[in-house]
Amino acid sequence: MELLNRIIPNVMADTGRLFDSVLATLQMTVWSGAVMLVCGLTLGIVLTVTKDGGIMQQKAVYHVLDKIINICRSVPFVIFIAILLPVTKAIMGTKIGVRGVIVPLVVASVPFFARQVETALANVGHGPVEAAQSMGKSPLSIIFTVLLRESIPSIARGTTITLINLIGLTAMAGYVGAGGLGDYAITWGYNYGHYDIIWVSVLFVILIVSVIQFIGNLIAKKNTH
Amino acid sequence: MIKLKNICKTYMLAGQPVEAVKNVTLTINNEDIFGIIGFSGAGKSTLVRCINLLERPTSGQVLIDGKDITQFSAKELRAARRKIGMIFQHFNLMPSRTVLDNVVYALRGSGLSRAQMREKALKLLSLVEIADKAEAYPSNLSGGQKQRVAIARALANDPDILLCDEATSALDPQTTKQILSLLKKLNAEFGITIVLITHEMAAVKEICSRTAVMDHGSVIEEGETFSVFADPQAKLTKDFIATTSNLKKIHALLEDCPAAVPLNENDIVVKLTYTERSVSEPLISAVTQKFGVLLNIVFADVDIVQGAPIGGTVAVISGSREKITEAVKYLIDKNVAVEVIKGGAA
Ligand SMILES: Nc1ncnc2c1ncn2[C@@H]1O[C@H](COP(=O)(O)OP(=O)(O)O)[C@@H](O)[C@H]1O
Ligand SMILES: [Mg+2]
Repeated sequence: MELLNRIIPNVMADTGRLFDSVLATLQMTVWSGAVMLVCGLTLGIVLTVTKDGGIMQQKAVYHVLDKIINICRSVPFVIFIAILLPVTKAIMGTKIGVRGVIVPLVVASVPFFARQVETALANVGHGPVEAAQSMGKSPLSIIFTVLLRESIPSIARGTTITLINLIGLTAMAGYVGAGGLGDYAITWGYNYGHYDIIWVSVLFVILIVSVIQFIGNLIAKKNTH
Repeated sequence: MIKLKNICKTYMLAGQPVEAVKNVTLTINNEDIFGIIGFSGAGKSTLVRCINLLERPTSGQVLIDGKDITQFSAKELRAARRKIGMIFQHFNLMPSRTVLDNVVYALRGSGLSRAQMREKALKLLSLVEIADKAEAYPSNLSGGQKQRVAIARALANDPDILLCDEATSALDPQTTKQILSLLKKLNAEFGITIVLITHEMAAVKEICSRTAVMDHGSVIEEGETFSVFADPQAKLTKDFIATTSNLKKIHALLEDCPAAVPLNENDIVVKLTYTERSVSEPLISAVTQKFGVLLNIVFADVDIVQGAPIGGTVAVISGSREKITEAVKYLIDKNVAVEVIKGGAA
């Protein structure tokens, strides 16, 4: 305790603030991550099955989604926060705080994740899909028992990358007063010249990223034969 | 019985139509092993995939036991597919499932309990002699072993038909032979109808009872395998057979190296080929004795197709001119095709 007080005095001066920041980062990551996972998976699957030669080919659907994703991927995150304010208000009931940043976080990360899923599913190849079709499996069953099942390792890796990007995005959540480690480092560290706060923030981010990476690798490894 | 009626399949490739299959009509009888051969790009895969509608024909009918499956609803089609097994050149096993689970997967939805599915899958794996690998993953198997698993999986729902698209093309000759004899065994034991697509002549010769030859999307020749091989009609079929026969070499030998086959004045060089199945008689010695001519075999290339010899012999016949002519006539009478390669006027 004595030691900590000496090397990171500004952090120790208000540990409650650090705690709140870590909590806010975790909340933002978990909530938007969960929604992103569901939406991104769905979108990635729809892209895969509707594309030319897919098991439920619908060229119009594919092209529309494909364009939307490309557009969304080129919009910077801060702009999302701004233009999505009315949507956020409508869905979450507030424009500020952790709740206020989840919608832009989801919108910004889903297109990227959908592409990751699309690539992962494409890597399954047409062979196993065709084999399942020849056995009389339905498209829905093929999606779950072949496409998703065979791409668990690549989807785990894609999820890891997307979640880590997401944590990067949460650093900007301070704009709408959502707090988090990024905001903590800038507002209380950088602005006051309290560099120990910056270092501790970075340390926690590294810790969270490492845990995510570890879990992702573990899932990928367990499912590779 | 599989009846393909006027099947056409046209792909659009970069705005250009590609006629992969052109107006093919074929009948494949129950319990046949039906071969479809042709060079790469001939449209064989497209045609076979029309049988279980993995590819929908642009026009035409696919009748399985009299029912046009192109008119089936999605659900009826899925039920029909369970009775049509299929194996592929690259096996198409599911890498994340064990060998046993690959077979169990095919059995899902068949109404069997989990234990019954396992039991049946194990039985199938024993049938194709790969039960010892039940708990292995596909990535740890050789090509031949993977194809055995794929066969077990294709047989899971007791199909009446087994479609094989280049099933041995990724395998070495030894393994190819083993897989082909396995297919033959399945046909003999269970009466399963097999459609075998291949660009390898050897595979067809080995097991097919009937053969169709495809070229540029059309079937250009079809018949009993023996007849197709013994007496090919289309030029392409002849070329195909020539790729596996050594008889062509005799021409080169006679031209480049006449000393290898020294000829006397009256001697003629003939190529004798069997066109009928009944060549069990010892023709060569019969001719020698009957006509007092000498037959000196310089080259032979005989293959067994459907249990009968096919191919031919190149021989020098020496003797008096009349005797030689008589001998040749006798051979022709016995349904041996005689082609004079060099010498004589016979
Ligand atoms: N999905 C496809 N799209 C466009 N062209 C195709 C497609 N599948 C096959 N073809 C074309 O159809 C022809 C026949 O192909 P295929 O049936 O695979 O021949 P084979 O199996 O005899 O080698 C080829 O010219 C091939 O390029
Ligand atoms: Mg092919």
